[in-house]
Amino acid sequence: MMHERISTTAGSPLFRADDLEVTYRSSRGPTKALEHFSTTLAKGEFLSILGPSGCGKSTLLKVAAGLLMPSSGVVELDGRPITGPRRDVGIVFQQATLLPWRTVLDNVMLPIRTLGMDAQAGLARARDLLRLMGLESFEKHYPHELSGGMQQRVGIARGLVHDPSLLLMDEPFAALDAMTREHMMVELQRIWMEARKSVVFITHSIPEAVFLSTRVLVLSPRPARIIKDIAIDLPLPRTQETLASARFGELCGELRAMFSHDKK
Amino acid sequence: MNESVKSILYPLLLLLALLALWIVSVRSWGVPNYILPPLESVLDALRRGYIEGAFWKDFGYTMSSMLIGYVCGCSIAFVMGVLFAEFRWLERLLYPFVLGLQSMPKVALAPLILVWFGFGLGSKAVMVGLVCFFPMFINTAVGLKATDPSLIDLMRAFSASRWHILTRIKIPSAASHIFAGLQISVVLGLIGAVVAEFVSSSQGLGYLINAATTTLDTSTMFAALISLAVLGIAGSQLIKFLQRKLVFWDRGDHNQAAA
Repeated sequence: MMHERISTTAGSPLFRADDLEVTYRSSRGPTKALEHFSTTLAKGEFLSILGPSGCGKSTLLKVAAGLLMPSSGVVELDGRPITGPRRDVGIVFQQATLLPWRTVLDNVMLPIRTLGMDAQAGLARARDLLRLMGLESFEKHYPHELSGGMQQRVGIARGLVHDPSLLLMDEPFAALDAMTREHMMVELQRIWMEARKSVVFITHSIPEAVFLSTRVLVLSPRPARIIKDIAIDLPLPRTQETLASARFGELCGELRAMFSHDKK
Repeated sequence: MNESVKSILYPLLLLLALLALWIVSVRSWGVPNYILPPLESVLDALRRGYIEGAFWKDFGYTMSSMLIGYVCGCSIAFVMGVLFAEFRWLERLLYPFVLGLQSMPKVALAPLILVWFGFGLGSKAVMVGLVCFFPMFINTAVGLKATDPSLIDLMRAFSASRWHILTRIKIPSAASHIFAGLQISVVLGLIGAVVAEFVSSSQGLGYLINAATTTLDTSTMFAALISLAVLGIAGSQLIKFLQRKLVFWDRGDHNQAAA
């Protein structure tokens, strides 16, 4: 099974967090966003992080991207501590956050140009990714000429163009309508299987997490702690039929129970 | 009928109606000339002014003070706005003073500025620059601060320098705000120029109006007012044109134009 193969590549973890804690200083005193957070991410793994809104999921992502230093604990990427922004990390946000004054192609090229990477190779990769996203005929368009779903696909292409070993996605489909969302889920899985990237995917949609992931972490409300860590054993690739399968429903139910339990 | 033709035709029809009303009120209703001069004498004043050339010197004077003041005022305001938005300590230091100066009607400073900078073109330009400063300054600062934080995070994640983020991300993001500042400043700058000329000047369109008051020469006043309107409209339209060209991605009327 495909999943088996992914698990066997987990020799050394790509990403490791150990007893991570993040405390914000605000006008109302210190706020703990993340507490006793420990996990590892194997190469090629698709890890979803599921939690109530405002629980500190985005904080975790900022730490992984090297944009925010943890108050205590260890974060490592490829065995080296994360002390600042790393060029082998790609980020995709809830909004596409494209530069409206740049064409689709130039937007995808942004990481290449900012990081000062080889433009010729970057251009070829950008074009490949746009083809993968089904956007090859839109490379000269401007973002405002594209639909929300297309813009988000440009955002994903931009996240992948510099060939990062880790892709961080912060609720990338949250701003899309239900139809586009489902379509994008299937697309993202296809891209993930083709590009073989490790992904940390933040979401508050249970079906989205189950459909896409090889593993799901459930976080508690603020300060976020891991309250569940389950492997998703659905066979890959997952399709429309997967969504209707009994196992899919079972897994969703199991996760949903975590949240209803919290409220009691 | 085409929408764009309509938007030109309708105001044109209103203009013609107003001109007709003008002619009728002077000819048939006996409105005295010192209240409302006959249309033909205003046209005559304009002909004397711009064809025979009596107004060109004044037109040029007001336009020069406007241009110099506008360019200098807006440039300084832009730089200050950038510094203000980039350095929190500077904002903390200067904010109360900015607020105080902004609340004060700048035109009240005109006499003082004439004393400080002399009675020539310099003082007029300073006045224009001063009134242009605030809208440009505030809009620049607000626009820069309104940059999508995710976009800044993204650039920081690529180790982009602060300068790089400022010039490549924040300033283009703030372009619409900056143009709004430029737009308001055109109109306010013209007010500044005229007020400064009212206080003391021997040239300019403002001076022309002031001088015509003593002889109740309303035709010249109207001609000068029309000249000022033309100057203001031309300036506004130029800024609008530049905005459409440069900030092509951010247009409120974009969808409407496509429809």
